[in-house]
Amino acid sequence: MAGLTPELEKERIRIEKTAKGYGLDFFETVFEIITYDQMNQFAARGGFPVRYPHWRFGMEYEQLSKSYEYGLAKIYEMVINTDPCYAYLMEGNMVVDQKLVMAHVYGHCDFFKNNQWFSKTNRKMMDVMANNASKVRGLMDKYGIDEVENFIDICLSLENLIDRYRPYVPAKSARPEKDNRNNPGNKLRVDREYMEGYINPPEFIEQQRLRAQEDEAKLAKFPPNPEKDILLFLMYYAPLKPWQQEVLAMIREEAYYFAPQGMTKIMNEGWASYWHSKMMTMDIATSAEIIDYADHHSGTMAMSPTGFNPYKVGIELFRDIEERWDKGQFGKEWNECDDIKAKLAWDKKLGLGRKKIFEIRRDYNDVTFIDEFLTEEFCVKNRMFVYKFNPRTGHYEIETRNFSSIKKQLLFHLTNFGQPSIQIEDANFENRGELLMSHNHEGVDMQPNYMEETLKNVFKIWQRPVSLLTVMDGERHVYSFNGKDYKDTPLSELPK
Amino acid sequence: MSGISEDHNRFKQIVRGKIKEHFKKYITHGEMIGRQEKDFVKIPLPHIEIPRFKYGPKQSGGIGQGDGSAGEAVDGEQQPGSGQTAGSSPGEHQLEVDVSLEELADILGEELQLPNIQPRGNKNTNTTKTKYTGLSNVGPEGLRHFKASYKEALKRAIVAGSYDAENPIIVPIRRDLRYRSYKKVTKPEANAVVLYMMDVSGSMGDEQKEIVRLESFWINTWLKRHYKGLETRFIIHDASAKEVDEKTFFSTSESGGTLISSAFKLCQKIIEDEYPIDRWNIYPFHFSDGDNWSGEDTRICLNLLKDFFFPCVNMFGYGQVESKYGSGQFLKDLEKEFPNHEVLITSRIQSRDKIVDSIKDFLGKGR
Repeated sequence: MAGLTPELEKERIRIEKTAKGYGLDFFETVFEIITYDQMNQFAARGGFPVRYPHWRFGMEYEQLSKSYEYGLAKIYEMVINTDPCYAYLMEGNMVVDQKLVMAHVYGHCDFFKNNQWFSKTNRKMMDVMANNASKVRGLMDKYGIDEVENFIDICLSLENLIDRYRPYVPAKSARPEKDNRNNPGNKLRVDREYMEGYINPPEFIEQQRLRAQEDEAKLAKFPPNPEKDILLFLMYYAPLKPWQQEVLAMIREEAYYFAPQGMTKIMNEGWASYWHSKMMTMDIATSAEIIDYADHHSGTMAMSPTGFNPYKVGIELFRDIEERWDKGQFGKEWNECDDIKAKLAWDKKLGLGRKKIFEIRRDYNDVTFIDEFLTEEFCVKNRMFVYKFNPRTGHYEIETRNFSSIKKQLLFHLTNFGQPSIQIEDANFENRGELLMSHNHEGVDMQPNYMEETLKNVFKIWQRPVSLLTVMDGERHVYSFNGKDYKDTPLSELPK
Repeated sequence: MSGISEDHNRFKQIVRGKIKEHFKKYITHGEMIGRQEKDFVKIPLPHIEIPRFKYGPKQSGGIGQGDGSAGEAVDGEQQPGSGQTAGSSPGEHQLEVDVSLEELADILGEELQLPNIQPRGNKNTNTTKTKYTGLSNVGPEGLRHFKASYKEALKRAIVAGSYDAENPIIVPIRRDLRYRSYKKVTKPEANAVVLYMMDVSGSMGDEQKEIVRLESFWINTWLKRHYKGLETRFIIHDASAKEVDEKTFFSTSESGGTLISSAFKLCQKIIEDEYPIDRWNIYPFHFSDGDNWSGEDTRICLNLLKDFFFPCVNMFGYGQVESKYGSGQFLKDLEKEFPNHEVLITSRIQSRDKIVDSIKDFLGKGR
């Protein structure tokens, strides 16, 4: 691990200045030059030099280093969301690549600092990760490697059961809010008897009684409202040992840290690519470098027929938006115009593009970004299509180029960030302390064998029978596991 | 900073089944995609996936870019939901690079720990060739390597400080001179022929054929590594057999009955006519879903195997691709008649995921 060479440091200063000149605003960024092996190691741990010990990182490392050795793939750069931002360059890459990467990294850093979805992430995560690592090592010394690792495996199996929007709404507790059961008469305190009729009139008592009833009904159901932050719920209410609670809390914290990166993949990559492309072509690359630059740039932007490349879609959308706002192709007048010729020649010379994309990078995430700015013209221009699996031929086939289908498919993939949305309905199911979860089915079934194994892992934590309500092949089913048997009951066959 | 070797070893131990045996069912020889000319090939690497609530693969589809009209097939993979990348940091640029077939075979051999093939008997002839590969300090002037010698001289001059950029004259002395040196390499001289036979009766669907196609690709890749020349022949059969080219082989669908003996007989004829067994290594492979028309026909097949095939082939592979309709009887018959036979290798392929295991069955014996 080493700092930049004097030559690269000179370039870095130039790129940093250029980036600031364009209005990018980032935390201090520390570049390190590392070998390919270190790069693979860090990448295996999600970009962090130190994580808790777990075989999964070893597996990632094996995959990365094998693909590197076999010449299938190589990582050019890595940057992590901390303050100061740390970014890694690979030793031995061409100077033009290092410049490209540095320009790209400043784009990411600006995004990390300014995009509101990152505003709640812990910028000292490097330290948190290191602390977690030593915490887990301590636990392993005390309780044994297998014991702790097996529990981590279970937690990781439930890692995606968090509420991705939770950090952005005012804190609410998973506990019920108020307990009114200790006030049987629903009356306010009266010190002088003659005031009774005024302080507690009959209609007021009736009102209070109804409210109490409602509360009672809510309390009878627990949690009172469906809970999406399943990890948090289990942390509070599952019969866990203190060390297990600690581990679960740690997994949850890390999951929340990484969540915004999943929520803004298209935007984040698009933004960084937009800026490296702008800076390299306008300011940084020398004429001798421009061919190599173009070659490598197009390599990362390549889109295979079935591979959705977030870099490509992101950068094109940002450019499209910039052009539209520069030319004033938005608003009521634009939307209501049906004349294709007029639309093609539309240019009000507003020059608002740059300002608009900066706003977007502050306020949006992938879902809102695609929802608002993916236009029909854009899909046609980029020749996008929806493909589906055809069970008859056993192939993936192009289904349609219809704009609304493309948008729907894209948004579907992004909603809840590609994960099935699952919530806890009742933690006292059947009045026997069983756990009932439900899957908010949005048209795609879950993978049955994974579901079974995951449900068994939930059981290991809850330690009472667990059930999951979902849709399979068009019918509602309840799947449950009671520690011995895994049962699948179609809802229609249930007694009630 | 701590090294990753600890986690890496732990993972390797799990894969080998040394620890955490309950994890065995999660281990897949997952897919690593490499590109070979136009095709994507997958290199098997062990992978353990922690179970999660996730979407089933086949209904969801995805978004692509490019030409083509509705209904046109697009190859490739299910697009992962973008949430799955939440664990990795953003901005890991990855590039795909081409791999040669030879490298692919090596990777396959390494990952599956396949033994090298030993060609049989007197067919095991190698030729020796000289190949100029390296440099040495001495040698005949005719083999002097000008560029390497110049480099040495230049290095010496720079180190000695006698190099003048304005007047860059380099005078080599005796110890700067470098000569080409050669190495003797042995190359296999042996030839091999692979005869693929496949049941194309109605019960073999597209998925089954795709499995056979993938298997045959890897078998070819591996055998090519070990033989100088590799010929492939293709025979399809239902109630009667005919020889076809590769494309037809994988795209034909017939209806009707199944007489496996018809294919065996045609295969026998091809071998007898064109591939004298003293000069060829012969690899017949038969793929079917295990249905045969009658016990009588199966009897003919078993006799053919015993009397003709076993004495003259290196290995006879039978791959039974499971389908909804096949009874799988033929495999049982084979295993009953020839338990643990050294030439006959049978393999049951339940699904695409099991292809790797099946390749290991077929090629794991080094025959």
